[in-house]
Amino acid sequence: MHPALSVIFFTVASGAGFGLFSLLYIADVFSLGGGFNREQLIIGGLMAMALIVMGLLSSTLHLANPKNAWRAFNRFRTSWLSREGVFAVIFMPLALAYLLCIWFDAPAILRIGVGFIVAVLAWITVFSTGMIYACLKTIRQWHTPLVPANYLALGYASGSLLLLLGAVVAKLDTVPYLAMSALIVSVAAVLKAIYYFWIGSPSVTPTINTATGLTRAGVKILDTGHTHGTFLTQEFGFQLARKRAGILRLAVFVVGFGVPGLMLISIFRQPDALWAAAVALFAVMLGAAIERWLFFAEARHVVNLYHGAQRC
Amino acid sequence: MRLGLVIDLDVCVGCHACAIACKEWNASGTIGPLSDYEPYGAEPSGVWFNRIRHYEMDEYPNNKTINFPMSCMHCEDAACVSVCPTGASYKRPEDGIVLIDQDKCMGCNYCSWACPYGARELDRSSGTMKKCTLCVDRIYDQKLPIEERQPACVLSCPAHARMFGDFDDPDSAVSRTVRERDGYPLMPELNYQPTNQYLPPRQKPVIHVDAAPKGGLKESIKQFANRLVRR
Repeated sequence: MHPALSVIFFTVASGAGFGLFSLLYIADVFSLGGGFNREQLIIGGLMAMALIVMGLLSSTLHLANPKNAWRAFNRFRTSWLSREGVFAVIFMPLALAYLLCIWFDAPAILRIGVGFIVAVLAWITVFSTGMIYACLKTIRQWHTPLVPANYLALGYASGSLLLLLGAVVAKLDTVPYLAMSALIVSVAAVLKAIYYFWIGSPSVTPTINTATGLTRAGVKILDTGHTHGTFLTQEFGFQLARKRAGILRLAVFVVGFGVPGLMLISIFRQPDALWAAAVALFAVMLGAAIERWLFFAEARHVVNLYHGAQRC
Repeated sequence: MRLGLVIDLDVCVGCHACAIACKEWNASGTIGPLSDYEPYGAEPSGVWFNRIRHYEMDEYPNNKTINFPMSCMHCEDAACVSVCPTGASYKRPEDGIVLIDQDKCMGCNYCSWACPYGARELDRSSGTMKKCTLCVDRIYDQKLPIEERQPACVLSCPAHARMFGDFDDPDSAVSRTVRERDGYPLMPELNYQPTNQYLPPRQKPVIHVDAAPKGGLKESIKQFANRLVRR
């Protein structure tokens, strides 16, 4: 599949934003490490919302006819793309309501209740983003429950490191934030490893024989019937050399999970290490971007069977 | 009604006439234009609803060339329709034709990802997705003589490799042909239940290519003479 940069930016930025907001809620409820003060919570919440809005705006850049983008909320009943949009839009006013509860010191029950709904909505929205890809039967590498799991884990890993940076800046006790980040980053790494293991071994998949229905002997393409590229070759023809994919997968683990892990240790030893928190955040975002690019580049759509691929 | 096509892979000669006729009709039809990019340039490309590919089955001397036209299969369980976020893609309940409302499409490409058959193509000039309409603007046209109320691809096929009809009617020509010739859908394992059916190439008697002696008096004298006279 053709990796569209606007969609990569959108999923990485909004994933981090939703992750940050729901973890901020946990930090608020349990007053982790002494707890952020009112202004700090508001700034954190607004940063998360800014990331989400930037992501959503960027996602409209890949539309060929953006003037109809408002119609995307119509098919909530069947389309995960529509659901994602609806959940993201419901999230916004509720997230704002939660921040207002903090600002005006609303009763604890209201503050915790609204915050809980917002955190769950954030979770559902990121899940919907993953399901946009996971519901497609045409792409074997995407049609697995590991896809929404990866989207959630990486979004929350980025969010937790954003929150850790905030804790270091606010001079809180970083230990609970370190523990939270360490746990989420390692879960994200393990889930990604399982995903790469899973897509490496094709199980029962369509082949050029089932695609053409000519199953009594081998089939090969003689001519694709077009002079130059078509929409289909541009959108689905992207191919990545196996060796390059291997290097990039290694980069995902080293940059996205390894470097943040080392930085967590540095912060544990020297709790005011602002540089380490910044490096960890930068590394996890870069790693997530590489992971997202690979996610598209490694996906093979079954239409390639009609262009001569033996299996996808 | 469940309208669709039957394509006879045994008869198709791969002339691309159906694709040309499709482009000609639909470029000025309800969903037109079908934009071309650099039609006379070095890298010509453009929007087509019908594409013909050519395959070879088996190895020499048992090989066979198969010409393979493909357009929208008008699936019963059309994933392109259910994934569409705007409601631009829809399946008509009355005849099963899958269409795209050009006024609602936002050009997100998501439906083309859901289609395993490559039936949907984005038109860069309008920014909307386009696809085979089964010539919905032809088949119901009361002004056309009844024998011409068929998709352009079916009418143009010089080999009569294409048929159009109602699959819900067990006695229609398409239903009968599919039954008699073991017609099949493409990629049935994805469970989209495509309406269009393909007829497999027939098993043909193998033609022996090694020369067999003809026999007879004249032939034996000729062979005898050939042995005597060294040319």
